[in-house]
Amino acid sequence: MAQGILVFIEQRNGQIRKASLEALSEARRFCSKSGEPLVALLVGENIKDLSTSISRYKPDKVLVVDSAAFAKYSTEGYADALTAAVKNVDPRYVLAANTSMSKDLIPRVAARLDAPCVADVAELRESNGAWQAVHPMYSGKAWGIYEFNSPLAFLTLRPNVFPAAEPDEAHQALVEELAVTPAKVRASVVEVHAAAGAKIELSEARIIVSGGRGIKGPENWPVLQELCDALGAALGASRAVVDAGWIDHQYQVGQTGKTVSPQLYIAVGISGAIQHLAGMSSSKVIVAINSNPEAPIFKSATYGIVGDCFQILPKFTEECRKMLSEN
Amino acid sequence: MKIAVCVKSVPDTEAKINIAPDQVGIDRANVRFVTSPYDEFAIEEALRLKEKLGGETTVFSLGGDEVTEVLRDTLARGVDSAVHIKDAEFDDADPLTTAKVLAAAIKDGGFDLVFCGQQGVGGDHNQVPSMLAELLDMPQSTLVVKLEVADGKFKAEREIEGAHELVEGSLPAVISAQKGLNEPRYPSIKGVMAARRKEISVKDAAALGLSGQLSPDKRKVKRIQLTMPPARPQGKMIDGEPEVQAKTLAKLLREEAKII
Repeated sequence: MAQGILVFIEQRNGQIRKASLEALSEARRFCSKSGEPLVALLVGENIKDLSTSISRYKPDKVLVVDSAAFAKYSTEGYADALTAAVKNVDPRYVLAANTSMSKDLIPRVAARLDAPCVADVAELRESNGAWQAVHPMYSGKAWGIYEFNSPLAFLTLRPNVFPAAEPDEAHQALVEELAVTPAKVRASVVEVHAAAGAKIELSEARIIVSGGRGIKGPENWPVLQELCDALGAALGASRAVVDAGWIDHQYQVGQTGKTVSPQLYIAVGISGAIQHLAGMSSSKVIVAINSNPEAPIFKSATYGIVGDCFQILPKFTEECRKMLSEN
Repeated sequence: MKIAVCVKSVPDTEAKINIAPDQVGIDRANVRFVTSPYDEFAIEEALRLKEKLGGETTVFSLGGDEVTEVLRDTLARGVDSAVHIKDAEFDDADPLTTAKVLAAAIKDGGFDLVFCGQQGVGGDHNQVPSMLAELLDMPQSTLVVKLEVADGKFKAEREIEGAHELVEGSLPAVISAQKGLNEPRYPSIKGVMAARRKEISVKDAAALGLSGQLSPDKRKVKRIQLTMPPARPQGKMIDGEPEVQAKTLAKLLREEAKII
C-alpha cells in the first residue's frame, strides 16, 4: 500500500530552492507523526554533493537522478525522472514547491499517473491521518479546502508560507542513485538568461517594497530601490504601473501577476485595487503609505501612513539603515 | 497550420466574491463572467500565427451556458470555429477532469498547436495546460512570454524566477500564455457581426465517448468547503510630521513586528 511522502527538490545550477526545503520540512512534520517514510528526490547533473545539505532536513532517503540528460530542464525528461521515483517509492503524497518549474512539471506527472493535484497550497490540515489542502482561489479572495480520494496525490506548496526546519547537521539520510533514461524529449531548455534588474525573486522575498501610481513616474523607482537595498527587499509593482509601461510584468504583484506572502510588504502609492490586495493580503505585516486617506489599502494595512511618499520614504530608509547598522 | 485554443469563462477580476449557501461554490448572482485574462493572450497568439502562416483556428471551452458569451467574443476576435463542451457530468470539474475532457475533444483534430492561458483566473489551479499536453502526448512550454513558430518547430521564452528560459521543441505542442506574450486585440464591429453567423458546435459526454467516466462521483479530489480567508487584524495609523512618521514606523517594525 502506498505510504509516506516523496518531495521533489528543485535545483538550478546546483542551487537548491529554499521553498523546496520548506516543503521537505512540512513533509518531515507529517511523517514523524505518522511514522511513514520520507524520501527526497534530486534531479540534475553533478548534483550528488547536494544530497548532504538535503539530508539535514531529515528525509529518510535521498534519491538522486544524476546524468547529463538532466543537465538542463526539460518537462518530459524531468517527468520521466519523477515518474520513475514515484514508482520506486510508492508514496501517498508527492510534494513540491509551487514554482515556475513545478507549475510546468507536476501536473504533467499527475496526469501521467492519473492522480489528482492541488497546487499553490497555503495551508495543510490533518483529518483522520490524511491531508486536507487549502488552496487560495480568486487570487486569495476565497480559500478552497480540498480532500483527496486517491491512493496517490500531488501537492505544490506556496513559497514562504511553510516554515523551513532548523537544519540538523548530524542527520545522515540514506543516499541512493536511481538510473533514469528519458524516453522522449521533444522540447527542452536551450538557454537561460537572467532578467535585467531583478535581484531578489518576489515570490521568495522576505520583504517586498512595491510601488504604484502614487510614485508619479518611472523616474522615481530609485527612491524605492534605495529602501529595497537598505532592507534586502525585492521590488514589486501594481498592475497600473506595469500596464503604463513603468516597469516589466515580472514585478507585478496581484491577480495576473504574482501572489506573494512576505514577512513584510510595503505598499507605496498603491491605492489597493481588489486585484492587488488579492496578491499580497497573506503577507504577515503590511505597511501602506499613501496620500489619499480613503485608499482601500489602509483597510488591509498593519501600519498605515497618510502622507507624501517622497517626504517619508527617504527618511524611513535612513532610519532603517541606522537601525540595521547599530546591530 | 491547425490551431486549437482553450478558453475559460471566469468571474470578472473586479468582482467581489461571495460564498454560496452550500459553502462550496461562489454565489454567481450579480457576477459578470468574462474570458479568463490569460486566455486573451492565447487567443491573440493563435490569431497572429494564423495571419502569418495561414490555416484555421478552433476555440474549445468547457462549461455551462455562461460559456456561450465567451465563445462569441472569441469568434468575434477572428477565431474560425467554436466547440462548447457542455454536460452536467462535467460540473465542477477539477483540473484533471477538465484536461481529460479537453483532450477528448482535441485529440483527433490534427492540431499543430494547442494554446491555453497559463491559468484560469479564479480557480487559480495552473494545471490544465501541462495535463493536457501529457494526455495529448505532445511536448509543451508553459508561462510563455515570447513565441516563434517555423518549420514544424517552436521557440518559446518562458518566465521563471528572476530569469527567462528559452525552450525549443517540435510541433505539435501545447503552449500556455503568460501576460506579456502580446497585446490582445478587441473584437471589431465587423467581427462581432460575423461571429453571430458562426455556429457553435455543442458536444456532451456521449459525443466525446466519455459517458459516465468523469462524473462527480468518480473524481479523485473534491472541494469540500469554500471559506473567506482569515480576516486581518485592525491596523494602526501613524500620524505626525513625515520625520516622526518615518521614525515611528521603523520603531514599530523593529520592536512590535520584530521584522527589521
